[in-house]
Amino acid sequence: MKFLVTVKRVTDFEAKVKLKADKSGVETSGVNMIVNPFDEIAVEEALRQKDKTGGGEVVVVAIGTADSTAQIRSALAMGADRGILVKHDGALDSNGVARLLQKVVEKEKPDVVFMGKQAIDDDSAQEGQLLAEVLGWGQATFANSVTLEGGKATVIREADGGLETVACELPCIITADLRLNEPRYASLPGIMKAKKKPLDELTPDALGVKLESRVVVKGFEEPAQKKAGQKVADVAALVDKLKNEAKAI
Amino acid sequence: MATHLIVVEHQSGKLNKATLSAFAAAAKVGGDMHALVLGQGVGDIAKAVAPYAKKVHVGEHAGLKDRLAQPYAKCIADVAGSLGATHVWAAASSAGKDVLPRVAARLDAAMASDICAVIDEKTFKRPMWAGNVIGTVELATAKKVITVRPTEFSAPAAGAPGEIGAVSVDPGASKMSFVKFDAVVSDRPALADARVIVAAGRGVKGPEGIKGVLEPLADALGAAIGASRAVCDAGWAPNDWQIGQTGKVVAPELYFAVGLSGAIQHVAGMKGSKCIVAINKDPEAPIFQVADYGLVGDLFKVVPELTEAIKKAKG
Ligand SMILES: Cc1cc2nc3c(=O)[nH]c(=O)nc-3n(C[C@H](O)[C@H](O)[C@H](O)COP(=O)(O)OP(=O)(O)OC[C@H]3O[C@@H](n4cnc5c(N)ncnc54)[C@H](O)[C@@H]3O)c2cc1C
Ligand SMILES: Cc1cc2nc3c(=O)[nH]c(=O)nc-3n(C[C@H](O)[C@H](O)[C@H](O)COP(=O)(O)OP(=O)(O)OC[C@H]3O[C@@H](n4cnc5c(N)ncnc54)[C@H](O)[C@@H]3O)c2cc1C
Repeated sequence: MKFLVTVKRVTDFEAKVKLKADKSGVETSGVNMIVNPFDEIAVEEALRQKDKTGGGEVVVVAIGTADSTAQIRSALAMGADRGILVKHDGALDSNGVARLLQKVVEKEKPDVVFMGKQAIDDDSAQEGQLLAEVLGWGQATFANSVTLEGGKATVIREADGGLETVACELPCIITADLRLNEPRYASLPGIMKAKKKPLDELTPDALGVKLESRVVVKGFEEPAQKKAGQKVADVAALVDKLKNEAKAI
Repeated sequence: MATHLIVVEHQSGKLNKATLSAFAAAAKVGGDMHALVLGQGVGDIAKAVAPYAKKVHVGEHAGLKDRLAQPYAKCIADVAGSLGATHVWAAASSAGKDVLPRVAARLDAAMASDICAVIDEKTFKRPMWAGNVIGTVELATAKKVITVRPTEFSAPAAGAPGEIGAVSVDPGASKMSFVKFDAVVSDRPALADARVIVAAGRGVKGPEGIKGVLEPLADALGAAIGASRAVCDAGWAPNDWQIGQTGKVVAPELYFAVGLSGAIQHVAGMKGSKCIVAINKDPEAPIFQVADYGLVGDLFKVVPELTEAIKKAKG
């Protein structure tokens, strides 16, 4: 089967997030950049499904500046076969990302597109669903386990209140949740091989997509800081505070 | 003037109260309030939301028995289109997140996810980077789709019940089908509704720690139990218990973080709690930075003592 996996370049989840001095955005200079953790899970799932279903191809795609090449190479080092960078510098909204991905999908014709459920920087959790709708495909978001069999994907999803199982005809979109798998580390030979794997560059123009700005970013602020709390000496002191000061019990 | 369509979420015949936050957010914009209830046999749900809407549209169809994103999105977009809705809203629950982006695609609307404030009819604030940054964003399309963070908007006051009427819906052809739902069964309050939450971190060391140490505390308080990602990943608790950036966002009146380090991804889901208590054996644990009251100690010793003391204090 053929798999397409989307990877977004994001700030490291372990990095301290700070606004730039002029508050025009999040400080990224000197900050480690990684593959969105959910996308790493998506890559891993595609690699495993490729093995389980008797081979095929795993293609990874990123939209961004040339810097995103590093994240594509990370996915190739894990074992993906080929990369595509849709080169774009500047703001993008969810709709723009979806329309670019739609064109890539129409070109590549994958059986399944694996994506992350959410980018840990912008936290929108929209992209998989948008792409599914513009393609007219079924979707299984927040995937906890995936079985590809008989021309369909049977997916257990992490939902509020329990686990939901849905089936989608192929081709379909699946977005990875945290517990779908544990992504492998790239091996040294994997990293060496990744350097020679094909990586094509495309542009919105070449894909015939005219990006328009439908979402205007007005500004950033830091959230209100909580006032410092206090340490209490023992259980008796805690219960006293909860009862008489916070009036919470 | 704005025309709002609020997508009403329900599960097992009950209204999901998170939906009321979407009514509250829409009310901040002002305009006509319409509610949409989809499913089968959902008359009671329509009655439950009537006090918040001018009109409740009830779309019943055999194809909507199970909530699947593709058919639901089509019906929501169709109704929004025929109403001339300017704004479509839902709670940022797992169902809201699943369905609303597809509605946005169908309506060719820009969408803002998980908003925490309404500035005006097109401008919203939303938490990003695990809540470390609040972004202000303007949706520049004529139609707008928005999901609302339930903890940031309290339920609006009930008014005179609006009119309830049927609307014809056609789910269309779908590439998806429902197989089953395995519910987490529990006698405890749901995390979203709980006044008190006791959250387990990796420090509880296993499911026995939750059962033997945290459950008695939760029982004494009538609390819900939540967990860190580490605890869910280890399989000590259902995934549905995960609180945080990529789990549930909660804001109870009282939150106990027990044996939980306080990673930003966890804090993102609970820092709105009114009163936070941290119990951790490491005095340097970051959770103490967000706690109103911190107690340094071994949870296996401290929590049973606390349980007893709370039982006494409550008489
Ligand atoms: C302050 C601020 C507010 C914003 N508010 C909005 C808003 O309200 N609405 C809006 O439409 N846009 C908004 N944007 C733009 C937004 O940042 C994103 O570019 C876009 O919306 C995608 O959202 P996300 O990255 O959170 O993706 P999600 O929907 O969370 O991502 C899901 C998955 O999509 C894939 N994906 C996403 N982006 C890429 C990429 N570039 N390359 C490859 N794969 C990718 C990944 O697999 C990811 O795991 C805002 C930007 C800023 C700076
Ligand atoms: C993409 C991504 C998304 C994530 N999303 C989430 C999320 O939504 N929610 C979430 O919670 N995490 C999330 N995480 C994980 C997060 O970064 C942390 O790894 C996790 O929250 C740690 O869980 P913990 O505090 O239980 O464990 P640890 O960090 O291991 O902390 C255990 C704590 O227990 C204390 N302890 C140990 N024994 C005792 C004892 N006997 N008595 C008292 N204290 C004791 C220790 O001092 C320590 O502070 C995410 C991570 C990533 C990369």
